[in-house]
Amino acid sequence: MISLTPRKEIPLTLTLMTPLVAIALTLVVGAAIFGILGYDPLAALYQFFIAPVSRPYQVADLFVKACPLIIIASGLVFAYRANVWNIGAEGQLILGAMAAGFVALTWPNLPGPVMMPAMIIAGMLGGLAWGMIPALLKTRFNTNEILVSLMLTYVAVLFIDWTVRGPWRDPMSFGFPLTPMYADAALISRVELPGIGRLGQLHWGVAGALIFALAAWFMLSRSILGFQVKVMGDAPRAGRFAGFSPAMVTIMVMGISGGAAGLAGMVEVSANIGQLQPDISFGYGFTAIIVAFLARLNPLAVIIAGLVVALAELGGDSAQIALAMPKVVTGVFKGILLFMLLAGETFNRYHVTFSLPHRARMQGDSDA
Amino acid sequence: MIATPRPSRNQSRSVLLNASGICKHFGDFTANDDVSFSIGEGEIHALLGENGAGKSTFVKMVYGLLQPDSGQIEWRGQPTVIRSPQHARELGIGMVFQHFSLFQALTVAENIALALPPGESLADLADRVRRMSAEYGIGVDPDARVHNLSVGQQQRVEIVRCLLQDPSLLIMDEPTSVLTPQETGQLFDVLRRFSEAGVAILFISHKLEEIRALTERATVLRRGRNVGTVDTAGQSSKQLAEMMVGDSVGDIAGQARPDGQTTALLEVASLVRPAGTAFATPLRQISFAARAGEVLGIAGIAGNGQDELMEALIGEWRGRDADVIRIDGVDITREGPSRRRQLGLGFVPEERNGHAAVPNMTLADNALLTSHSLGRVVTRGLVDADATRAMAAEVAGAFDVRLPQENPMASALSGGNLQKFVVGREISKRPRVFIVSQPTWGVDVGAALSIRTAILDLAASGSAVVMISQDLEEIFTISHRVAVLYDGALSEAMVTADVTPERLGLLMGGSAAAAGLAAEAQA
Repeated sequence: MISLTPRKEIPLTLTLMTPLVAIALTLVVGAAIFGILGYDPLAALYQFFIAPVSRPYQVADLFVKACPLIIIASGLVFAYRANVWNIGAEGQLILGAMAAGFVALTWPNLPGPVMMPAMIIAGMLGGLAWGMIPALLKTRFNTNEILVSLMLTYVAVLFIDWTVRGPWRDPMSFGFPLTPMYADAALISRVELPGIGRLGQLHWGVAGALIFALAAWFMLSRSILGFQVKVMGDAPRAGRFAGFSPAMVTIMVMGISGGAAGLAGMVEVSANIGQLQPDISFGYGFTAIIVAFLARLNPLAVIIAGLVVALAELGGDSAQIALAMPKVVTGVFKGILLFMLLAGETFNRYHVTFSLPHRARMQGDSDA
Repeated sequence: MIATPRPSRNQSRSVLLNASGICKHFGDFTANDDVSFSIGEGEIHALLGENGAGKSTFVKMVYGLLQPDSGQIEWRGQPTVIRSPQHARELGIGMVFQHFSLFQALTVAENIALALPPGESLADLADRVRRMSAEYGIGVDPDARVHNLSVGQQQRVEIVRCLLQDPSLLIMDEPTSVLTPQETGQLFDVLRRFSEAGVAILFISHKLEEIRALTERATVLRRGRNVGTVDTAGQSSKQLAEMMVGDSVGDIAGQARPDGQTTALLEVASLVRPAGTAFATPLRQISFAARAGEVLGIAGIAGNGQDELMEALIGEWRGRDADVIRIDGVDITREGPSRRRQLGLGFVPEERNGHAAVPNMTLADNALLTSHSLGRVVTRGLVDADATRAMAAEVAGAFDVRLPQENPMASALSGGNLQKFVVGREISKRPRVFIVSQPTWGVDVGAALSIRTAILDLAASGSAVVMISQDLEEIFTISHRVAVLYDGALSEAMVTADVTPERLGLLMGGSAAAAGLAAEAQA
């Protein structure tokens, strides 16, 4: 029998050691798998962990990759803490991008100081509106938000596809499904570092993502709103006793997580693409779910978890390019890394005891 | 087996188990400190103590689940190390736990077969169960499926399962905590028959009346130490309680009662609530008034609408009609819990874990749970963490909540301590109207006493208290007036001093007419 008992106290050294051990184990297991498949293990590991961050501009690109993940996961933390399972961040991201795009394309001559805030607000409202559908259906008709939010993602994918092929298509796009390019005022500019200049793709949205995560952490840990979310997730009956409304909390967290996803969509398009097209997200809305849980639903840890997951993504790309490694193999390696980190998390929080099974357990000894 | 009269209390019987100088530490915490205990063959011996006094730790060592750090256990005069529950059962020690471990989908015989060495056919086993059941009047049908059995019957299955292993010592951990009074009576009959047949019974409880009714001797533990072993017949419940708690237990009955003419603070008029689910009880035209300075008891057997009434009073459920619930003349029928608290109500629902408190949150956060609408701790949407922490510490200090560390999780507190906290949290806000359900449910004697005293003090300071309780002793001890909830309807409130327990019992059983006759006969 293997039994897990929660640790009463978690020593700081253990907390710091756990991810290091997890990464070390990932290296060992990963090297073994690469070796078995006929790749040079050391070269493969180099491509995964070192190559993506070997130059300053690459570190900057890591942050760029992590940016949407951090924004979305910071919002999802609220939903998951309240036991509301918003799986549809991908769809909310798309609707946010479309709403912001609507502003940028309809009023292309707005001055910068008006354009940017208007797009940010539109993006958040777009994602929020898409999140409100499962929220209201849940509170009004008790539907399952997991199914509704997930299915709405496919609706969103088809919706943007139709829009950029149909009504919003640039007449000058030679038949490609693309909208016109955004005006300069609608684009998020690159960061100019003093003395260095631009660093990779680093844009101001990254700074926004970090501020957003900090704000989410502050809201969750210090505000009465965050308290409501946590109580509703932990003990809904105690939440009603306290005078909190389950319906209001559901609507609130779906709004926050939807709005965050919508903001991520707006940032992603304005910073990296500059126009709407059928594919604007690379599954960020789904990957962010992993990020949120890897961070144990803590918005500060979301920053680190977002960077780790982004590194795994970029490392996978790098290994595919440099070593012609198939995509599935890089996927397996990413899986091992996440598995080790989450398993390490479990060992960090629980004490594991092994004992031989014996019939005596039948008697209810374990109940005592 | 010849039925002999109940053995007298002399100590001539040979000693079955003798433990001396038992110590057990968990880290810095001393659970058992030099505990000595001895039980003779066929003796019914109580192990008595508050929650956390070290009772469970001690019996776990006797049953081989834990090993003592020092001290010695003698079994039939031989120093013995009880290595495991398996070993304990081989020696002849059986234990019935507070929580059952039965497979609901299997029959009684199948459940018992799983615990016995293989080799016996189910039919033979069923026969043995039937014979044993008849011999001791246990009333267990080996072919019944467990999910069809009541809690009391399931407990008897556990007992039979132990008994088939032919123990000479049977340990029972708080066996009556899950039983109705009738089932408790039946259990005691069965246990007495075992005792006559020579089986010793170690009976763990903190219910003093039961211990006096059943056992011959009691060993009292307090904070891990042996306070003494006494003959139960020579002790009053109050004396036993004093041994358990350590302080002199005051008599809280006979406090000054208000005259009937004070103002009504809480008025409920024709509260009607349809049943929300198939298992809920509808509330039928409930009307009552709670006056300043009094404790209004609402008696009744569980499941007669207590939960539904409590939700309606807290505001977790709200009706559509106006003027049904009023505090100080203000209509609060459609107000939620936060607004009701602002108007001076305080609530303690029956369930501590997950209703009155969030187990996985700190006491400071749990203090915030019922005070976030009252200003002071929340400004512009931000929580003042220092203030909530101070509030929790203040409640803990004023109501003697024993904390394992500073600002612990609610789940780290024992049941009695958490109950003191949730009651203290509300009382310290000096509510004008205090509504509490089962204030001392599952709480040990010392905590129950301090909770009841706090409730009476609050009433004496001019607040109105509504106390929903299934504990008649509690109703009679501290309520000034009492009404009975039966099948969602509430009787007229009566002055407690004028009501006999018989009449209240009849009302609780739904015989209002018979109760009326009893009252006339009494008059």
